[in-house]
Amino acid sequence: MINKITASAAESVKDIFDGAIVMIGGFGEAGSPIELIHALIDQGAKNLTVVSNNTGSGHVGLAALIEQRRVAKMICSFPRTANSTVFPELYTRGEIELELVPQGTLAERIRAGGAGIPAFYTPASVNTPLAEGKEVRNFKGVDYVMEYGIKADFSLVKAKAADRYGNLIYNKTARNFGPIMCTAAKTAIVQVQEIVEAGAIDPEVIVTPGIFVKRVVEVKQPQHESVLVAEERKYPW
Amino acid sequence: MVKVGWNKTEMAQKVAADIFDGAYVNLGIGMPELVADHIPEGIEAIYHTENGLLGMGTVPGETKKDPELINAGKKCVTAIPGACYFHHADSFTMIRGGHIDICVLGALQVSESGDLANWSTGAPNAIPAVGGAMDLIAGVKSIFVITQHNTKDGQAKIVKACTYPLTGKGVVNCIYTDLAIIDVKKEGLFVREMGPNVDFAYLQERTEAQLFQ
Repeated sequence: MINKITASAAESVKDIFDGAIVMIGGFGEAGSPIELIHALIDQGAKNLTVVSNNTGSGHVGLAALIEQRRVAKMICSFPRTANSTVFPELYTRGEIELELVPQGTLAERIRAGGAGIPAFYTPASVNTPLAEGKEVRNFKGVDYVMEYGIKADFSLVKAKAADRYGNLIYNKTARNFGPIMCTAAKTAIVQVQEIVEAGAIDPEVIVTPGIFVKRVVEVKQPQHESVLVAEERKYPW
Repeated sequence: MVKVGWNKTEMAQKVAADIFDGAYVNLGIGMPELVADHIPEGIEAIYHTENGLLGMGTVPGETKKDPELINAGKKCVTAIPGACYFHHADSFTMIRGGHIDICVLGALQVSESGDLANWSTGAPNAIPAVGGAMDLIAGVKSIFVITQHNTKDGQAKIVKACTYPLTGKGVVNCIYTDLAIIDVKKEGLFVREMGPNVDFAYLQERTEAQLFQ
């Protein structure tokens, strides 16, 4: 019998290894799987390459993972956000690597990784510093930059509901990178507010088919990053 | 004191007047966001925000804020009846695939050939951050820039050639400043309209790039 439900966040992240490539969903706090990230901090894996749009804020979630020096390299589009100090300080001191990618290129690299496409050409970043050193090819009179797909060892994603097959639905703009990150990882780990019976989600509205998901864990009342940041909380607490 | 040029509200009104009925529009962070408040009666524009919402509505009241319903500036927004959510690859399919009609962006510099620099001043200690700007200018049909005509210390922002790192080359279609509306054409920068008490000589004096009337 297929059952992707795991008992706890800790259980779901236990095999993340040193040096792993980990995709972390979220755009700012919307869709950021804080409980899974905190479980990863507790678990101890280090020297990670993290793929995520931002670098977290305050001293919780992704910012805390970076602050605990578990992340060797960030691949992201926008590492500055309000209340984001952890990454900028480490970066300024030369203690963390950054690969800056236009947001749409980041999304497409993840999509391509999940879809078995090793590389593709995009018009974004042509004639800019972000295209330096990359192959440029002209199609029908327009220049395009070659970008590689990204595959991950693990993805940490937040969704609204799942069933035991791993079928997912999301909440509003918290969907963002979740669906494509599930496709691009060998092991996609998803925290959801509610686990429901198989068949309870209308097959017509399932956003992520369960085949892309390895583990789901129920976190009934996920914490909100902005609330934790306002309260000046710091993880580990 | 004689009022020279337009204020921010009037600038937003000028941009809004160029948005056509049925347009799919992406508004950048900051001054571009003001445009939505000034769409003329009878014009329906659908707002796209690249973090996965088509049909962005007005700013919610304090009690209706939902941290999982935000815009690209990570501020809480609402969704109109008929809105839809989608993931990031679909969102940039809309952008890069040429499905969005108009994008309104801020600028650090615009060149006389329509090059745009709006993501980095290239300062050695700055943390580089690009977001979706390079994808937007590569794929959206019309790129409108809304910006003050000069920097706070009086430097020209409309220049012969950008000195800051480019966001894209030859991409801007129209520039809306506090002093003028300027169309970017193959032959150069053409002034379409000037603000109150602005004449061409005054405008050219504050513009490094060559302007045409």
